[in-house]
Amino acid sequence: MSEDTIFFLYDIATYLINGITQGSIYALIALGYTMVYGIIKLINFAHGEFYMIGAFIGFYLITTGMPFVPALLLAMVGSGLVAVIIERVVYRPIRSAGRISALITALGTSLFFQYSGQLILGADPKAFPQAIKVKTYQFGELYITNTQIIIFISTILLMIFLWWLVNKTKIGKAMRATSFDMKAAQLMGIDTNKIISFTFFVGAAFAGAAGVLVGLYYNTVEPMMGLIPGLKAFVAAVLGGIGIIPGAVIGGLVLGIAENLVVGLWVSTYRDAIAFGILILILLFKPAGILGKNKKEKV
Amino acid sequence: MDYFLYLTQMCGIFMILAMGLNLINGLCGQFSLGHAGFWAVGAYTGAAFSVFLDLPLPGFAVLLLACIVGFIASAIAGLIIGIPCLRLRGDYLAIATLGFGEIIRIVFMNMDSVGGPRGFTDIPKLANLFWVYLFVVLSIIFCINLIRGGYGRAIISIREDEIAAESMGIQTFKYKTLAFCIGAGMAGLAGVLFAHTTQFISPNNFTFMWSVIILLMIILGGLGSISGAIVGAVILTLLPEILRLLGPTISEWRMVIYSVLLIVLMLAKPTGIFGKQELSLPFFKKEKA
Repeated sequence: MSEDTIFFLYDIATYLINGITQGSIYALIALGYTMVYGIIKLINFAHGEFYMIGAFIGFYLITTGMPFVPALLLAMVGSGLVAVIIERVVYRPIRSAGRISALITALGTSLFFQYSGQLILGADPKAFPQAIKVKTYQFGELYITNTQIIIFISTILLMIFLWWLVNKTKIGKAMRATSFDMKAAQLMGIDTNKIISFTFFVGAAFAGAAGVLVGLYYNTVEPMMGLIPGLKAFVAAVLGGIGIIPGAVIGGLVLGIAENLVVGLWVSTYRDAIAFGILILILLFKPAGILGKNKKEKV
Repeated sequence: MDYFLYLTQMCGIFMILAMGLNLINGLCGQFSLGHAGFWAVGAYTGAAFSVFLDLPLPGFAVLLLACIVGFIASAIAGLIIGIPCLRLRGDYLAIATLGFGEIIRIVFMNMDSVGGPRGFTDIPKLANLFWVYLFVVLSIIFCINLIRGGYGRAIISIREDEIAAESMGIQTFKYKTLAFCIGAGMAGLAGVLFAHTTQFISPNNFTFMWSVIILLMIILGGLGSISGAIVGAVILTLLPEILRLLGPTISEWRMVIYSVLLIVLMLAKPTGIFGKQELSLPFFKKEKA
């Protein structure tokens, strides 16, 4: 192999690593989207804001001197609680009014958090404190930072936890039953309202974790930070097949890697266009997403 | 005074946008989140037409030609996007149109000939109150006639039940594409008028947020109602400005108030102000024989 080819391969590997890091973040946010959609068929546009709230809770806790891991856990609990309150106050009364109204309400909620965040927290980006000293490991020409490794490991741990929660516990069984058929689940004695609240809690907690991890990775937080990652995570969820939990992970990773490869090898200004372009291509050839099954339409 | 004139003109432009989306979303039942993209196509083609060609014609003739060009360009964009996307349904259609809307914006962002991210400047100020409201009235007449005719009936039947419509022999795909193209074309028309009102357009005028706001207009007014679209457009254009006038504290909080009002409205009256009803004066009603 010539030297050029070797450098090219190192380049690709670097973009892959960046892509996997970013993809894990998208996947963490997309999980919440997909879980909420799976259970009440609501596209929760405010989900990106739970990610922002998590990032800010993490920011304030770490600034006051808390170590990283407890701050991450508290931020998860905090954004989860905000989501539970929002679900109780806003989404539950609207649930019977039809999907379009629910969608608009979600958009309103998202606007509310963005703008009140700007007023209360200030619109300027804040520097996220370095909770963990950045170290760079070098393998040949390949560089990996320890924050990237932390993001990757936390994502995997959280996903294993989610898999255990959904597939091995009683509340997970109730969640699956509710998303399969809410009325039947209710008749079987499952308190579906409680299950929906719990789903919101878990989804938002994951988004909050993603927020803290992003703060650690990019070193800034701001009130509008939820908008674009929220949209992209939604794209990731649809990409993998919305409502399917492993689909969100695959969708997130595919999106993150594709984006970084395109940015690295081609042009960076088309970054966001590429994400949506991939989405449209996949939807055209596989309209229900990568893992989705096409349902025959019944009258 | 200029400010009020400008606002009135913006109300008219948003009425056309809302009526276009109402055709796609309210009448045909196809959930589109990419309306700002078509708005951008119209605005940029119209502006490029009047700036780059610089025809030796009086202003209003240039504006009229620009409107026609903008309408056609957006309708073609609607056709190109509609043919693949309209095979999708519900949420998938929404996210695909959202994607296309963003792609259109990013393409303009990367086009250096029309200013790229700096925006398109020095567009002649050709549109005025008269031309904007002329097109508003034309759009209203067009929409009302469309609904009353056979095409409109077919389009509404798709909203009510696509499978039933298909089994009644309606070519649903054809009518969906038609509604999508006309709606996109109306957005393009509004775009041309917008470009010639503000004299400056930039890709940031056409973000996803604007697609959402136009959607909110028709939902606030009542999905499927033309009068609803008009009233919704007026309310949502004026509301942030009225809140701005109420003093510095309220002005600071106006977007928060705006969002809370939206949530409260949805909780209190999810069908919007008009539901599917139309506002009609007895004067306009046809006498029944």
